Amino acid sequence: MTAPTREGDQDVQPLIEMHDVVREYEIGGERVRALNRVSLTIQHGEYVAIMGPSGSGKSTTMNMVGCLDVPTSGTYRLDGIDVASLSDNELAALRNLKIGFVFQQFNLLSRTTALQNVELPMMYAGVSRKERRARAEEALARVGLSNRLQNRPNELSGGQQQRVSIARALVNRPALLLADEPTGALDSHTTEEILELFEDLHRQGHTIVIVTHEAEVGRRAKRIIRFVDGQVAADSQTDSRPDSRADSRADSRTDSESDSGPAFSARFATTPATPLPPPVREGF
Amino acid sequence: MTLRDTLQVAMRSIAANKMRSFLTMLGIIIGVASVIGLSALGEATTISITQAVESLGTNLLTIDSGAAGAGGVQFGQGSAQTLTYADAQAIAADDPDISGVSPMVQSNGQALYGPNNDSVTIQATSADYATMKDLTVAQGSFFTNQEVTQSANVVVLGSDIAQILFANQNVNPIGATVDIRQIPFTVIGVLAAQDTTGFQNPNDYVDLPVTTAMNELTGSNYVGSIIVSAQSPAVMNQAEQEITSTLRFMHHLTGSEASDFQIFNQATTLSTLSSSTQTLTDMLSGVAAISLLVGGIGIMNIMLVSVTERTREIGIRKAVGARRSTVLLQFLIESVALSVTGALIGLLIGGGGSEIAGALTHVGNLVTPGPVLLSIGFALLVGVVFGVYPARKAANLNTIDALRYE
Repeated sequence: MTAPTREGDQDVQPLIEMHDVVREYEIGGERVRALNRVSLTIQHGEYVAIMGPSGSGKSTTMNMVGCLDVPTSGTYRLDGIDVASLSDNELAALRNLKIGFVFQQFNLLSRTTALQNVELPMMYAGVSRKERRARAEEALARVGLSNRLQNRPNELSGGQQQRVSIARALVNRPALLLADEPTGALDSHTTEEILELFEDLHRQGHTIVIVTHEAEVGRRAKRIIRFVDGQVAADSQTDSRPDSRADSRADSRTDSESDSGPAFSARFATTPATPLPPPVREGF
Repeated sequence: MTLRDTLQVAMRSIAANKMRSFLTMLGIIIGVASVIGLSALGEATTISITQAVESLGTNLLTIDSGAAGAGGVQFGQGSAQTLTYADAQAIAADDPDISGVSPMVQSNGQALYGPNNDSVTIQATSADYATMKDLTVAQGSFFTNQEVTQSANVVVLGSDIAQILFANQNVNPIGATVDIRQIPFTVIGVLAAQDTTGFQNPNDYVDLPVTTAMNELTGSNYVGSIIVSAQSPAVMNQAEQEITSTLRFMHHLTGSEASDFQIFNQATTLSTLSSSTQTLTDMLSGVAAISLLVGGIGIMNIMLVSVTERTREIGIRKAVGARRSTVLLQFLIESVALSVTGALIGLLIGGGGSEIAGALTHVGNLVTPGPVLLSIGFALLVGVVFGVYPARKAANLNTIDALRYE
C-alpha cells in the first residue's frame, strides 16, 4: 500500500477546493440554506478536523467533500475534478477511487467477514479476485488485524470494527480519508487507539479529514476548520505535537515513524468492551 | 464489478437468511410442482384413454344401420336394419384399402353341455374377426372362411363359458357338441382369457360363423353391424370413402339421398377424446400458473421488505462506489435466483413425484419437456417482473439518507 505521492509542495493543485459553495434544501416548502457560500482549500497530506455544533453545516460539508452530495451553487473540485459536472455513476466511481470513508457507526456489512468487508470497494473498482484478497489482507495487517481476517463484525470489538472500516477506507489507495465522527461510538481508550492510527496514517502522507464535535479529537488534527450557521467561522492550525504526546505515553514506542501492523495488534491486544452501535442489517 | 461478483453477492444474501428465502420460494415451488404434476396427470389420462381406445383397434371402422323413423319419430342409431351379409361381401370384394371385414350379429341364449348350462352372448361373425380383434385361441382354432361359407355348425367358446360348461367333466372341449338355443354345435376352439372392458365380459361370448347364425338363429339376411379394418391407420379416411360409395351403390342410393348407415372411425373418437383431455390439462395447468403468479407477488413483497431492512447496506455499497445499475442488478439477481431456485425445487418435487407415480402405475414417463420449460421460463419471468420494482427502489435510495437509516 502506497501513500498518495506529494511531489513538489505548493505548486501542486489542492486536493479539495471549494469556492462559494451553497447547499440548500427544501423542507416543508421552505428553503433552508445548510451551507452559505463556503470556500475552503485543503492540500494533499493535510490532517484537518471539521468542527462545529450540530446544524452548523459540518455534516453537509462532509457529504459534499465525500461526493455524496453536490452543491446547489458554487464549485467543488476534488483533485482537480469539478464534481458538479459528474453523473451519478461518475460520482460513484470518484468515491470509489478517491475517497475512503470511515463512519461513526463503522457501517460494516454484518454477515460478511472482515476480509470481505475490506474487499468491497475493490470489487466495485473491478480489481481481480486474487489482487483483492492480497490487498485486503495487507490493509488489515496495516491496522493490526492480521489475525481477524475471517471474523464477522459481531465477533469484533468496537475498536476492531473501526479498524476494519479504516482498512476498507484505505484499500483502494484513495487520495482522501474522510472520517465522520470516527470515535463517536468508542470509549476513550479505543478512541486513543484510533486517533493514533490516524496520526500514523497522516505521517505516511495520507490526507485525512475528520468531521467531529469532540474537542479532544479535533485538537489532534493539524488544522481545525470551525463551522457556525453554515459558514466557516474559524480556520486555524493547532499546536498539537503528536510526537511528544506519543513520547509521554508510558508504553510508547521509541520510533514514532515505524509503521508495522503487528505493533498495533500487540499494543491493542486487550481492547475493552465497548457499547456497540447496532449492526448493519444485511443479507436477504 | 463482474457478473460473477454480483451473482456471488446475491447468493450470499439469499443464503444469509435461509428460512425466509425458503418461505419466499414456497409459492414458486408449489406453483411449478403443481404445473408439472397436473400436466403429468393429464398426460397419464391421455395415455390411458389412448390405450383403451387403441385396444379396440386403431384401424377399425364400425358401420351401423341408420336410424329408423316412424311417423316423424326418430329412433336410435341402428334401430333400422339396412346392412346385409351381401354388403359385407361387397366391401370385402371391392374396396382396396380394406384388410378385413366382419359382419356382426349379436344375440343371447342358453348354452348347454351335459348337466351344465350358462347364459351366453352369441356373437356371430366372420373368420377375419379373430385377426381384426387380435384374439388368441388357447385350444383348437377359430373357424375358417370355408366354414363361414358352408354355414357350418361350429362354435368357438369364450374362456369363462368353456370353464362353466366343462366343469367337473373330464372331457376335452374340442370336438364336444354343445347345445346353444337347443341347436347342436361342435366346439372347434376355446379362446384365451381376455381383459374385461367396462360392463362387457368378452369371456362370456361364444363365436359362431355369421351365416350359421343368420340361417339357424335369426332367420334374416340382415346383420347388426359390420366391422371393417383398414390396411393401416393412415388410410382410414380412404377406406371410409370406399365403404360409403360401395354401400350407397348396394343400397341404390343416388345423388343427395341420405345414407341409411353410419360409419364410426376409431381414430376420430381417439382424437376427440385426446383433445378433450388436453383441454382439461391446459385448464388445470392454467390454474397452477396462477399460483406461480401469486408466488411472484410473494417474492416482490419480501424483496420490498428486504430493501427497507437493508437500507444501510445499500447506503454503504453506494458510498464505497457501487453504481445504481450494480445495486439494481444485485437485487434483480436475488429475486430471479429466488424464483429460479424455487422453480428447480418445484421441478424436483413435481417431476420426481410424477415419475415415481408413472413408474408405480406402469404408465411410464409422464414428465414432458413442454410444461417443464414453460414453468421454469414463467418462473424466470416472474422473478424479473416482480424483482424490478424492489430493485429499482433499492438502486434509487439516496446514499446519505440510506447511510443514516436506523
